Amino acid sequence: MTEVTQPALTIDALGKKCPIPIIMLAEQINYVPLNAVVAVLADDPAAYTDVPAWCRLKSHRHVGSYELPEGGWAIHVRRNY
Amino acid sequence: MYPVAYFDAASSEPLHPQAREALLAAIDAGWADPARLYGAARRAHLLLEQARTDVAEALGARPDEVSFTASGTQAVHLGVLGTLHGRRRAGRHLVTSAVEHSSVLHAGQVHEREGGTVETVGVDLSGRVDLARFAEAVAAPGTALACLQTANHEVGTTQPVAEAAGACRAHGVPLLVDAAQTAGRMPIPPGWSVLAASAHKWGGPAGVGVLAVRKGTRFRSFLPEDERERRRVPGFENVPAVVAAAAALRAVRAEAEREQARLSALVDRIRTRVKETVPDVEVIGDPVGRAPHIVTFSCLYVDGEALLTELDKAGFAVSSGSSCTASTLRPSHVLEAMGVLTHGNVRVSLPRGTRADEVDAFLAALPDLVRRIRQDAGVA
Repeated sequence: MTEVTQPALTIDALGKKCPIPIIMLAEQINYVPLNAVVAVLADDPAAYTDVPAWCRLKSHRHVGSYELPEGGWAIHVRRNY
Repeated sequence: MYPVAYFDAASSEPLHPQAREALLAAIDAGWADPARLYGAARRAHLLLEQARTDVAEALGARPDEVSFTASGTQAVHLGVLGTLHGRRRAGRHLVTSAVEHSSVLHAGQVHEREGGTVETVGVDLSGRVDLARFAEAVAAPGTALACLQTANHEVGTTQPVAEAAGACRAHGVPLLVDAAQTAGRMPIPPGWSVLAASAHKWGGPAGVGVLAVRKGTRFRSFLPEDERERRRVPGFENVPAVVAAAAALRAVRAEAEREQARLSALVDRIRTRVKETVPDVEVIGDPVGRAPHIVTFSCLYVDGEALLTELDKAGFAVSSGSSCTASTLRPSHVLEAMGVLTHGNVRVSLPRGTRADEVDAFLAALPDLVRRIRQDAGVA
C-alpha cells in the first residue's frame, strides 16, 4: 500500500450537496502551499465524480479517494499551481 | 408570455403532423381486434401489417422480425430478458456498456437476481465504449447476449456498433442494439440481432416501441404465453398508435438527411458558443461522432436544478443529468461512467424544426443565468 500524504487542509463538506463541496474546494485550495494536499470530506455521491473532474478541468491532481468508516470519502487533491 | 423553445427531443419528440393525421384516421378505422376474421377486424389487421412492413423497411428488418411493444423501455426489457432466456443453454453471461439506457441496466439487474452474471464495459471521457474490452468481454465463454446503444441518450456520442457486431458475430453472440436515440434520424448500423426503438422519439405517439428479432436469433419470452406479436409481446396491439408511429417514421425519414444536418450544425453552434461565452464550462461528449440533435454541458459551481428552473422561466425546456434534478440522489450513471462533471449539467436536444433564432436566444440568455446563479452561491 502506498503512503497517503498527510493533508495540509481538510474541508468538511459532509452532508453538503454538489456543487457546494466543489465550491468550498475551489475557494480554499489556495490556502495551502504548492504541492500540498487538500482533503475534501464528502458524502454526496456526485462529489466522488465531481472532485476528480474538477481537478482535470483545473489542472490540479486528484491523488485518491478513500472511503470513510462512517460513509462518504476523503478525496485528496494536490495543489499544482 | 413568450413561447417556449422546446429543447428536450431526447426525452420526447413532438408528434409529427402526419402522425397526428394518421392517428385520428386510424382511431376510426383500426379499433377492432386485428386477430379476428370479420370486416372491421381485417381492416385493423391490414393497418397493423402495413405499419409493420413500413417500420421494418425503415429499420432494415423483415416484417416478420418486427413486433410492437408498449414503449422503448418495454422493447429493451423484453429483448434483453427474452434473448437471455432463449440462450440459457449457451450461458448466463450478459455484456453491456456502462452508459446504456437504464432499461438495459435494470434488465441486467433482474438477470443477476436470477443467478446470471453481467459485465459492464467502461467508456472513455467522450462516453464511447472501450471496443477492445467489449470484444474481450463478448469472447468470454458463456456469454449469452451483448447490448450496445447506437448513440448515448445523455451526451449524444455514437457507439461503434458495427465493430461490436463484428466481434459478437465472431463468437456467435447475439447483439441487442438500442437505437432509441437515432432511429428515424440516422441509418441503423448493420449487424444487430435484436433491435429496440421508441416511436415517440422520432415523432410518433407515446406508447409504441419496436422490438425486432433477427431471424435465427434464439428468443423466448419470459412472460406468460400470449399469441400476439409472434409471441414476443403479450397483449392487444394499439393499432391506431402503431399506424401513427409508422406514418411519423416515413415522414421523418424522407426529410432526415437534410433536417438532421441542419440540427447538427445548430448543435455545433451551441458547442462552440457555450465554450466562448460561459466561463468554467465543460462541453461533454464527442464533438464529431455524435447523434445530430444532442449536446450536453456542465457548468462548474452551478446547481443543475437552479439552472433548469431559470431556463424554464426564461422559456427554454431542457433536461439535466445532475442528481438534484433526477428522481434519485445519484447523478446520472452516464456522466459518472465518463468521469465528467455531474453538477450544473444541461442537456439540449433539438427536435425537428428547431429554428436558428431559438438556439440563438438560448445562447444569449445562458451566460447571464449562469453568472447570476454563481453569484448567489457566492462564487466570484
